Amino acid sequence: MEISQEKYTVTYQASEATVCFEGSIRLHGGEPDYLEIVALLNQIAESEPPVITLNLEQLQFLNSLGISLLSKFVINVRKRKTVQMVVRAHDEIPWQRKSLKNLQRLMPNLQLNLLTTKPT
Amino acid sequence: MQKTVEVFGDFLDALPSCPEQLVLNFSPSNAPPQKRWKNNGLSADFLADYLVTCLASSEESNDRERQQAEIKDSVSFIANELLENSMKFSNTQRIDSTQIKLYFDIDRILFITQNSICPETARTFQTYIQKIMDSDPEELYITQLEENAENHSDSGLGLLTMLNDYSARLGWKFEQDAEYQDTITVTTMVQLPMETSP
Repeated sequence: MEISQEKYTVTYQASEATVCFEGSIRLHGGEPDYLEIVALLNQIAESEPPVITLNLEQLQFLNSLGISLLSKFVINVRKRKTVQMVVRAHDEIPWQRKSLKNLQRLMPNLQLNLLTTKPT
Repeated sequence: MQKTVEVFGDFLDALPSCPEQLVLNFSPSNAPPQKRWKNNGLSADFLADYLVTCLASSEESNDRERQQAEIKDSVSFIANELLENSMKFSNTQRIDSTQIKLYFDIDRILFITQNSICPETARTFQTYIQKIMDSDPEELYITQLEENAENHSDSGLGLLTMLNDYSARLGWKFEQDAEYQDTITVTTMVQLPMETSP
Protein backbone atom coordinates (compact mmCIF):
# COMPACT_ATOMS: atom_id res chain seq x y z
CA MET A 1 0.00 0.00 0.00
CA GLU A 2 1.29 3.47 -0.88
CA ILE A 3 0.17 7.03 -0.10
CA SER A 4 2.03 9.34 -2.40
CA GLN A 5 2.16 13.13 -2.65
CA GLU A 6 4.40 15.65 -4.40
CA LYS A 7 6.78 15.90 -1.42
CA TYR A 8 6.46 12.54 0.30
CA THR A 9 5.49 8.88 0.13
CA VAL A 10 4.33 6.51 2.83
CA THR A 11 4.53 2.83 1.89
CA TYR A 12 3.63 -0.31 3.77
CA GLN A 13 5.06 -3.72 3.02
CA ALA A 14 2.80 -6.14 4.84
CA SER A 15 5.11 -9.13 4.27
CA GLU A 16 7.87 -7.35 6.25
CA ALA A 17 5.50 -5.38 8.52
CA THR A 18 7.53 -2.31 7.53
CA VAL A 19 6.11 1.18 7.09
CA CYS A 20 8.39 3.59 5.33
CA PHE A 21 8.11 7.42 5.36
CA GLU A 22 10.15 9.36 2.79
CA GLY A 23 10.52 13.03 1.80
CA SER A 24 9.19 16.10 3.64
CA ILE A 25 5.88 15.81 5.46
CA ARG A 26 3.93 18.89 6.54
CA LEU A 27 0.55 17.56 7.51
CA HIS A 28 -2.43 19.50 8.70
CA GLY A 29 -5.36 18.03 10.59
CA GLY A 30 -8.45 16.95 8.72
CA GLU A 31 -6.85 16.80 5.25
CA PRO A 32 -7.59 13.54 3.39
CA ASP A 33 -3.92 12.44 3.29
CA TYR A 34 -3.57 12.88 7.01
CA LEU A 35 -6.67 10.77 7.65
CA GLU A 36 -5.43 8.14 5.19
CA ILE A 37 -2.06 7.86 6.98
CA VAL A 38 -3.83 7.64 10.36
CA ALA A 39 -6.06 4.84 9.01
CA LEU A 40 -3.04 2.97 7.62
CA LEU A 41 -1.11 3.17 10.90
CA ASN A 42 -4.17 2.04 12.91
CA GLN A 43 -4.63 -0.89 10.55
CA ILE A 44 -0.95 -1.91 10.94
CA ALA A 45 -1.15 -1.78 14.75
CA GLU A 46 -4.41 -3.75 14.77
CA SER A 47 -2.91 -6.51 12.61
CA GLU A 48 -0.46 -7.16 15.51
CA PRO A 49 2.54 -8.59 13.68
CA PRO A 50 5.32 -9.76 16.04
CA VAL A 51 7.61 -6.86 14.99
CA ILE A 52 6.66 -3.57 13.32
CA THR A 53 9.43 -1.60 11.63
CA LEU A 54 9.05 2.13 11.12
CA ASN A 55 11.62 3.23 8.56
CA LEU A 56 12.33 7.00 8.66
CA GLU A 57 15.82 6.91 7.13
CA GLN A 58 14.76 9.05 4.16
CA LEU A 59 12.37 11.36 6.00
CA GLN A 60 14.00 14.79 5.82
CA PHE A 61 11.29 16.87 7.50
CA LEU A 62 8.28 16.27 9.72
CA ASN A 63 6.11 18.96 11.30
CA SER A 64 4.72 18.74 14.84
CA LEU A 65 1.46 17.21 13.64
CA GLY A 66 3.50 14.45 12.01
CA ILE A 67 5.44 13.94 15.26
CA SER A 68 2.11 13.66 17.08
CA LEU A 69 0.94 11.11 14.50
CA LEU A 70 4.02 8.91 15.02
CA SER A 71 3.66 9.21 18.80
CA LYS A 72 0.06 8.02 18.63
CA PHE A 73 1.16 5.07 16.50
CA VAL A 74 3.81 4.14 19.07
CA ILE A 75 1.27 4.41 21.92
CA ASN A 76 -1.16 2.25 19.97
CA VAL A 77 1.55 -0.40 19.43
CA ARG A 78 2.65 -0.15 23.09
CA LYS A 79 -0.86 -1.20 24.19
CA ARG A 80 -0.42 -4.51 22.34
CA LYS A 81 1.95 -6.34 24.61
CA THR A 82 3.03 -8.95 22.04
CA VAL A 83 4.21 -6.45 19.41
CA GLN A 84 7.82 -5.22 19.27
CA MET A 85 8.73 -1.99 17.54
CA VAL A 86 11.86 -1.03 15.63
CA VAL A 87 12.46 2.51 14.38
CA ARG A 88 15.12 2.94 11.70
CA ALA A 89 16.39 6.51 11.64
CA HIS A 90 19.29 8.49 10.24
CA ASP A 91 21.89 10.21 12.36
CA GLU A 92 22.62 12.77 9.60
CA ILE A 93 19.03 14.09 9.66
CA PRO A 94 19.03 16.63 12.52
CA TRP A 95 15.34 16.48 13.54
CA GLN A 96 15.61 12.72 13.96
CA ARG A 97 18.57 13.06 16.35
CA LYS A 98 16.59 15.63 18.35
CA SER A 99 13.05 14.29 18.44
CA LEU A 100 13.00 10.52 18.05
CA LYS A 101 14.27 9.89 21.57
CA ASN A 102 10.78 10.94 22.69
CA LEU A 103 9.33 7.83 21.04
CA GLN A 104 11.61 5.74 23.24
CA ARG A 105 10.36 7.61 26.27
CA LEU A 106 6.82 6.63 25.30
CA MET A 107 7.81 3.00 24.74
CA PRO A 108 11.03 2.14 26.56
CA ASN A 109 11.54 -1.21 24.79
CA LEU A 110 11.29 0.44 21.37
CA GLN A 111 14.48 -0.26 19.43
CA LEU A 112 15.89 2.88 17.81
CA ASN A 113 18.49 2.10 15.13
CA LEU A 114 20.43 5.13 13.94
CA LEU A 115 22.14 4.76 10.59
CA THR A 116 25.31 6.83 10.36
CA THR A 117 26.17 7.04 6.65
CA LYS A 118 24.99 10.01 4.57
CA PRO A 119 21.38 9.87 3.34
CA THR A 120 21.01 9.60 -0.44
CA MET B 1 -4.33 55.77 22.11
CA GLN B 2 -4.75 53.61 25.21
CA LYS B 3 -3.30 50.14 24.93
CA THR B 4 -3.29 47.06 27.18
CA VAL B 5 -0.09 45.04 27.06
CA GLU B 6 0.66 41.66 28.63
CA VAL B 7 4.01 39.90 28.38
CA PHE B 8 4.82 36.23 29.06
CA GLY B 9 8.05 34.25 29.08
CA ASP B 10 11.39 35.34 27.63
CA PHE B 11 10.31 38.36 25.63
CA LEU B 12 12.90 40.97 24.71
CA ASP B 13 11.40 44.41 24.28
CA ALA B 14 14.69 45.89 23.25
CA LEU B 15 15.87 43.88 20.32
CA PRO B 16 19.57 43.37 19.94
CA SER B 17 21.04 45.68 17.37
CA CYS B 18 21.31 42.82 14.94
CA PRO B 19 23.01 43.70 11.77
CA GLU B 20 20.97 41.32 9.64
CA GLN B 21 17.26 40.61 9.44
CA LEU B 22 14.77 39.14 7.03
CA VAL B 23 11.05 39.99 7.03
CA LEU B 24 8.15 38.27 5.26
CA ASN B 25 4.58 39.59 5.28
CA PHE B 26 1.49 37.61 4.35
CA SER B 27 -2.14 38.49 4.01
CA PRO B 28 -3.91 35.51 5.61
CA SER B 29 -7.16 35.97 3.75
CA ASN B 30 -5.61 36.14 0.31
CA ALA B 31 -5.27 32.44 -0.50
CA PRO B 32 -7.20 29.25 0.27
CA PRO B 33 -5.96 27.32 3.37
CA GLN B 34 -4.40 24.46 1.36
CA LYS B 35 -2.29 26.91 -0.63
CA ARG B 36 -1.30 28.91 2.45
CA TRP B 37 -0.21 25.71 4.16
CA LYS B 38 2.04 24.90 1.24
CA ASN B 39 3.37 28.48 1.31
CA ASN B 40 4.32 28.05 4.98
CA GLY B 41 6.66 25.23 3.99
CA LEU B 42 8.11 27.20 1.09
CA SER B 43 8.65 30.29 3.28
CA ALA B 44 10.22 28.29 6.11
CA ASP B 45 12.60 26.54 3.71
CA PHE B 46 13.45 29.87 2.07
CA LEU B 47 14.28 31.45 5.45
CA ALA B 48 16.44 28.45 6.34
CA ASP B 49 18.27 28.40 3.00
CA TYR B 50 18.82 32.15 3.09
CA LEU B 51 20.24 32.08 6.58
CA VAL B 52 22.59 29.19 5.89
CA THR B 53 23.86 30.98 2.79
CA CYS B 54 24.55 34.09 4.90
CA LEU B 55 26.41 32.03 7.47
CA ALA B 56 28.39 30.07 4.88
CA SER B 57 32.09 30.21 5.28
CA SER B 58 34.85 29.51 2.79
CA GLU B 59 36.25 27.02 5.26
CA GLU B 60 34.81 23.59 4.51
CA SER B 61 34.86 20.73 6.95
CA ASN B 62 32.59 17.88 8.00
CA ASP B 63 31.86 19.63 11.31
CA ARG B 64 30.97 22.84 9.53
CA GLU B 65 28.71 20.99 7.12
CA ARG B 66 26.98 19.20 9.95
CA GLN B 67 26.53 22.46 11.87
CA GLN B 68 24.96 24.14 8.83
CA ALA B 69 22.60 21.20 8.29
CA GLU B 70 21.62 21.50 11.94
CA ILE B 71 20.88 25.25 11.67
CA LYS B 72 18.95 24.80 8.43
CA ASP B 73 16.82 22.05 9.94
CA SER B 74 16.11 24.04 13.11
CA VAL B 75 15.18 27.25 11.26
CA SER B 76 12.95 25.36 8.86
CA PHE B 77 11.15 23.53 11.69
CA ILE B 78 10.66 26.57 13.93
CA ALA B 79 9.64 28.97 11.15
CA ASN B 80 7.19 26.40 9.77
CA GLU B 81 5.59 25.83 13.18
CA LEU B 82 5.29 29.57 13.86
CA LEU B 83 3.71 30.20 10.47
CA GLU B 84 1.33 27.25 10.91
CA ASN B 85 0.30 28.55 14.35
CA SER B 86 -0.29 32.07 13.11
CA MET B 87 -2.37 30.70 10.25
CA LYS B 88 -4.41 28.37 12.47
CA PHE B 89 -5.22 30.96 15.11
CA SER B 90 -5.38 34.25 13.17
CA ASN B 91 -8.56 36.27 13.39
CA THR B 92 -10.00 35.79 9.91
CA GLN B 93 -12.32 38.77 10.38
CA ARG B 94 -9.31 41.05 10.27
CA ILE B 95 -7.30 41.98 7.23
CA ASP B 96 -4.08 42.54 9.22
CA SER B 97 -1.13 40.77 7.76
CA THR B 98 0.90 38.04 9.44
CA GLN B 99 4.56 38.83 9.73
CA ILE B 100 7.61 36.73 10.39
CA LYS B 101 10.98 38.33 11.07
CA LEU B 102 14.27 36.56 11.39
CA TYR B 103 17.20 38.27 13.10
CA PHE B 104 20.58 36.67 13.18
CA ASP B 105 23.32 37.42 15.59
CA ILE B 106 26.60 35.72 16.46
CA ASP B 107 25.23 33.38 19.09
CA ARG B 108 21.51 33.12 18.36
CA ILE B 109 18.73 33.37 15.84
CA LEU B 110 15.60 35.33 16.74
CA PHE B 111 12.23 34.55 15.22
CA ILE B 112 9.42 37.05 15.69
CA THR B 113 5.92 36.48 14.35
CA GLN B 114 3.06 38.91 14.66
CA ASN B 115 -0.62 38.32 13.92
CA SER B 116 -4.12 39.19 15.12
CA ILE B 117 -6.24 36.82 17.16
CA CYS B 118 -9.67 37.18 18.72
CA PRO B 119 -9.91 37.75 22.52
CA GLU B 120 -11.26 34.22 23.29
CA THR B 121 -8.35 32.62 21.42
CA ALA B 122 -5.97 34.91 23.31
CA ARG B 123 -7.37 33.78 26.69
CA THR B 124 -7.08 30.07 25.82
CA PHE B 125 -3.57 30.65 24.52
CA GLN B 126 -2.51 32.55 27.65
CA THR B 127 -3.76 29.71 29.86
CA TYR B 128 -1.70 27.28 27.78
CA ILE B 129 1.40 29.54 27.98
CA GLN B 130 1.01 29.68 31.77
CA LYS B 131 0.85 25.87 31.84
CA ILE B 132 4.08 25.66 29.83
CA MET B 133 5.80 28.17 32.12
CA ASP B 134 4.69 26.37 35.29
CA SER B 135 5.75 22.88 34.13
CA ASP B 136 8.85 20.92 33.37
CA PRO B 137 8.82 21.07 29.54
CA GLU B 138 10.12 17.53 29.13
CA GLU B 139 7.42 16.09 31.37
CA LEU B 140 4.71 18.25 29.83
CA TYR B 141 5.78 17.14 26.36
CA ILE B 142 5.31 13.45 27.17
CA THR B 143 2.05 14.16 29.04
CA GLN B 144 0.79 16.09 26.04
CA LEU B 145 1.63 13.20 23.68
CA GLU B 146 -0.23 10.76 25.95
CA GLU B 147 -3.21 13.12 26.25
CA ASN B 148 -3.33 13.71 22.50
CA ALA B 149 -3.45 9.94 21.94
CA GLU B 150 -6.19 9.56 24.54
CA ASN B 151 -8.33 12.49 23.35
CA HIS B 152 -7.68 12.14 19.61
CA SER B 153 -6.33 15.67 19.64
CA ASP B 154 -3.12 17.14 18.22
CA SER B 155 -2.71 20.32 20.14
CA GLY B 156 0.23 22.15 21.60
CA LEU B 157 3.17 20.14 20.35
CA GLY B 158 4.94 22.71 18.17
CA LEU B 159 5.95 25.09 20.97
CA LEU B 160 6.84 22.24 23.30
CA THR B 161 9.04 20.64 20.63
CA MET B 162 10.91 23.95 20.23
CA LEU B 163 11.49 24.16 23.99
CA ASN B 164 12.32 20.54 24.51
CA ASP B 165 14.20 19.35 21.45
CA TYR B 166 15.66 22.65 20.15
CA SER B 167 16.52 24.34 23.51
CA ALA B 168 14.69 27.44 22.32
CA ARG B 169 13.47 30.25 24.63
CA LEU B 170 9.94 31.49 24.07
CA GLY B 171 8.18 34.75 24.84
CA TRP B 172 4.92 36.46 23.93
CA LYS B 173 3.42 39.94 23.96
CA PHE B 174 -0.35 40.52 23.73
CA GLU B 175 -1.48 44.04 22.83
CA GLN B 176 -5.02 45.35 22.67
CA ASP B 177 -6.06 48.85 21.55
CA ALA B 178 -8.92 50.32 23.58
CA GLU B 179 -10.55 51.28 20.30
CA TYR B 180 -10.54 47.71 18.87
CA GLN B 181 -11.94 45.37 21.53
CA ASP B 182 -12.53 42.53 19.08
CA THR B 183 -8.89 41.84 18.31
CA ILE B 184 -5.55 41.34 20.00
CA THR B 185 -2.14 41.48 18.37
CA VAL B 186 0.12 38.68 19.53
CA THR B 187 3.87 38.79 19.01
CA THR B 188 5.70 35.50 19.53
CA MET B 189 9.45 35.53 20.04
CA VAL B 190 11.64 32.44 19.76
CA GLN B 191 15.33 32.63 20.60
CA LEU B 192 17.34 29.77 19.21
CA PRO B 193 20.85 29.46 20.62
CA MET B 194 23.43 28.89 17.96
CA GLU B 195 26.69 27.12 18.60
CA THR B 196 29.53 29.17 17.26
CA SER B 197 31.97 27.21 15.18
CA PRO B 198 35.32 26.46 16.73
